[in-house]
Amino acid sequence: MADNPTLEIEPAAPVKRKGVKRRMFLIGGVAVVGAGLFGISMADGNAVKNAAKLTTGKGEHSFATWLKIAEDNSITIYSPHTDIGQGSNTGLAQMLAEELDAAWDQVKLVSAPAESAFANTGLGRGFLGEMSGQPGIINGIPQSFLSMIARSMNLQITGGSSALRFTGQATFQKVGAATRLALVETAAKRLGVPASELVTQDSRVIHAKTNTSLTYGELAAEAAAQSLDNDPPLKDPKNYRLMRQSVQRLDIPAKVDGTAQYGMDFSVPDMRVATIMAAPARGGKLTSVDVAPAMAVKGVEKVIKLDDAVAVVGKGYWAAISGLRALSPTFSDGGNKGISTASIFKAYDDLIAKGEPAGEAGEGEVKAGLGTKPVEAKYQVPYLHHAMMEPFALTAHHKDGKLNIWGGMQDPLASKMKAAEVSGLDADAVTFHPMLIGGSFGRRLPMYMEIVQQVTKLAMQLPYPVKLIWSREEEIAQGAYRPQSAAVLKANVNSNKRIAAYQNDYAQTESAEAETTFIYNLPVVARRHYEYPSNQITGAWRSVNSTQQGFYNESFMDELSHSAGVDPVEFRRNHLKAGSRHLLVLDTVAQRSGWGTPLPEGVGRGVAIVESFKTIVAHVIEASVNEDGSPKVNKVFTVVDAGSIVNPDAATAQIEGGTIMGLSSAIGEAITLDKGAVQQSNFTDYPILQMAGAPPVHDVHFINSGAFMGGIGEPGVPPAAPALANALFAATGKRVRNLPILTQAKA
Amino acid sequence: MAIDFSVNGKAVSLQAEPDTPLLWALREELGLTGTKFGCGVAACGACSVHVNGEITRSCSVPVSDVAGKSITTIEGLKGADGTLHAVQKAWIAAQVPQCGYCQSGQIMAAVALIQKTGKPSNDQIDAAMTNICRCGTYPRIRKAIQAATGQAAAASQGAA
Repeated sequence: MADNPTLEIEPAAPVKRKGVKRRMFLIGGVAVVGAGLFGISMADGNAVKNAAKLTTGKGEHSFATWLKIAEDNSITIYSPHTDIGQGSNTGLAQMLAEELDAAWDQVKLVSAPAESAFANTGLGRGFLGEMSGQPGIINGIPQSFLSMIARSMNLQITGGSSALRFTGQATFQKVGAATRLALVETAAKRLGVPASELVTQDSRVIHAKTNTSLTYGELAAEAAAQSLDNDPPLKDPKNYRLMRQSVQRLDIPAKVDGTAQYGMDFSVPDMRVATIMAAPARGGKLTSVDVAPAMAVKGVEKVIKLDDAVAVVGKGYWAAISGLRALSPTFSDGGNKGISTASIFKAYDDLIAKGEPAGEAGEGEVKAGLGTKPVEAKYQVPYLHHAMMEPFALTAHHKDGKLNIWGGMQDPLASKMKAAEVSGLDADAVTFHPMLIGGSFGRRLPMYMEIVQQVTKLAMQLPYPVKLIWSREEEIAQGAYRPQSAAVLKANVNSNKRIAAYQNDYAQTESAEAETTFIYNLPVVARRHYEYPSNQITGAWRSVNSTQQGFYNESFMDELSHSAGVDPVEFRRNHLKAGSRHLLVLDTVAQRSGWGTPLPEGVGRGVAIVESFKTIVAHVIEASVNEDGSPKVNKVFTVVDAGSIVNPDAATAQIEGGTIMGLSSAIGEAITLDKGAVQQSNFTDYPILQMAGAPPVHDVHFINSGAFMGGIGEPGVPPAAPALANALFAATGKRVRNLPILTQAKA
Repeated sequence: MAIDFSVNGKAVSLQAEPDTPLLWALREELGLTGTKFGCGVAACGACSVHVNGEITRSCSVPVSDVAGKSITTIEGLKGADGTLHAVQKAWIAAQVPQCGYCQSGQIMAAVALIQKTGKPSNDQIDAAMTNICRCGTYPRIRKAIQAATGQAAAASQGAA
């Protein structure tokens, strides 16, 4: 790699690369040129100083923003990620503590303050590499510069399966290693021995020859005054003591005895509770509301009209929701009354038929390649809701020119900046206090922060603290959904039973190109996006566009294999590069699942393999059909190549959960629209898979290929739906092309 | 009006609107926030508590209905000396929770199931454990229930 790498990041995405937008916001507008010329420190000086000021008291010493060592030998790690339940904070702590040689039982991990000093440099580094298409290039960019980018973008996000692979690898391991070096140098000076004679273990620097040792706490003050090595050597994985171990997650004990405090659980003296209803048709405005019926409810104190919503403030949630339900507000539809699920699918069909895509990717002359009689299939998938178990809840208090907000969002720093913007206060006057999050799956990302705006508006006109809680009904109706999408796939399979040309025409609001990796090695392939905006916002739903694209491609590959009369695993093998990671994942899952061995009558086996967030996941599902016609998943076999795994048990849990979320959505979930408004209202008509529907057997296996670390929170989802649909085809001969499999009753 | 009942062995007397759901009385009046609000219509089970030993979705029970009754919440599961209940220990051993928000309700449902059946079979677990977990921790919940009741987890492979 060149010493002075040049990365040019376009300030705005051109039309053809629209799908990059969701990532572009991270670093959009920042041109990175000649980055190698910048100085060498772990983060730039101001950020480091501010971080130290924010986190250290007497007897405590800060290292490179993210680490604090106290003289009592306790170690605190500040995470810029919100642990939504993936265990990523435990993983991050393992990574830093590993390189530091810290005593694990003295390590504590807490959320970093939502302040710009704690903007996430590793994330800038990771996404820069991914967007430039050259992950390696980032190693030449110093932390100081990434820190500057991250702070300029208020970057403190959790998403993109990024915590361990970017923050962990790009920052936390290096902070741990560099701090360890500083502690060793300090000890060498103090003991008057060469640093080479010292070893570290369990938060001590040990000089074996003289049988002396110093604790990190004893060395911290002096070591913290040193400048740290920007690019310290990392451990050989064979010497790991914490990484690659299934250490118990740090957050779990508080989650079994009721003591874990989520945003929903926060309270302060004099706090009131509010709940809200926004225009049912997104884009509509509040046109009228008679507040009297709410004010007549005991405990209701105020009704607040916002531009597009009405909120009721009461003594507690029951008063507030009873008051809200007593109201009969009217809303305009924002000109969206013609929008329905059917109207959107119709528009998709028309656009694809017209054949003028908004964006294209792929290679080769597809039109000629497809020939006159390609195999063709059309697929449709609905909007999907995140349905995290904790509905939105934020508490805000405006007093003496300061605004404090408490709760859980996937980007605390961006939430703070949004609150500053809405309130008109200086950013310095706004503090966001991150709390535990009861599930998110992409819902609490900064671009969909209506609740931050709402609670800020309420707090600015109330003399007391207010906790705004969204009812489940509001939460379901006002989502940021995985897009409704349709696709027409065509392929020409030649007489050698090989795909000669492959075309994926898909319609939805935004391009899927940024999150979609097409794994097959084909001579001619075209992916064409047809753009159609509805009144809904396009959300990032666990694994983003990989869900529907995985379903399209892996269902169609199955259809092609059957039409060619080739076994579905064999057919895929024939189109993957020899010696590739994909091929090994596929072969391994075939072997572990006993692919090709006989199954009981009525049971079918389906395979699917999808790469997302640099991780390759293949599922083989054994499924049958219940008497009532619903699918029954009997067994799942999963093989994962994420490069390497920090905590095998926590990673297994992510794959199990991701698979179940994928199955749940495939089987029963759909958000439908009528007159521009969502028709579903609660778990009663948005059914989530329960225990009885979850796979009774799930075999999860990891391949440690040593490739650059991929994500683990999201990649288990995309292959679940196609593997199930393919299994059902094997069992019944009926092809599932529209999801959900159970077409649910409309609300 | 005053409504008298007991929570986790302690007598309480609440001045509350009688139609207030037990959930909100526990959370907002008594500060017992371990019991969670998930859906408000008894569909998800995040608010599960024991009322006279019966598993109950507290978001859909008016507090007036529990007058004179005995409530146990997640905060009341620990022993008097602070030791965790066997089910809570099994939950940690199986590393069940992810986001954790539904787990108070899951644990209360599991404890009630075990109190009723002793050693629940897979079918009994399927029938009784209808609480929703969006993170998809079901395989580990099953494993933890089996471990807590001395059953080998062979019937369901959880972690690989």
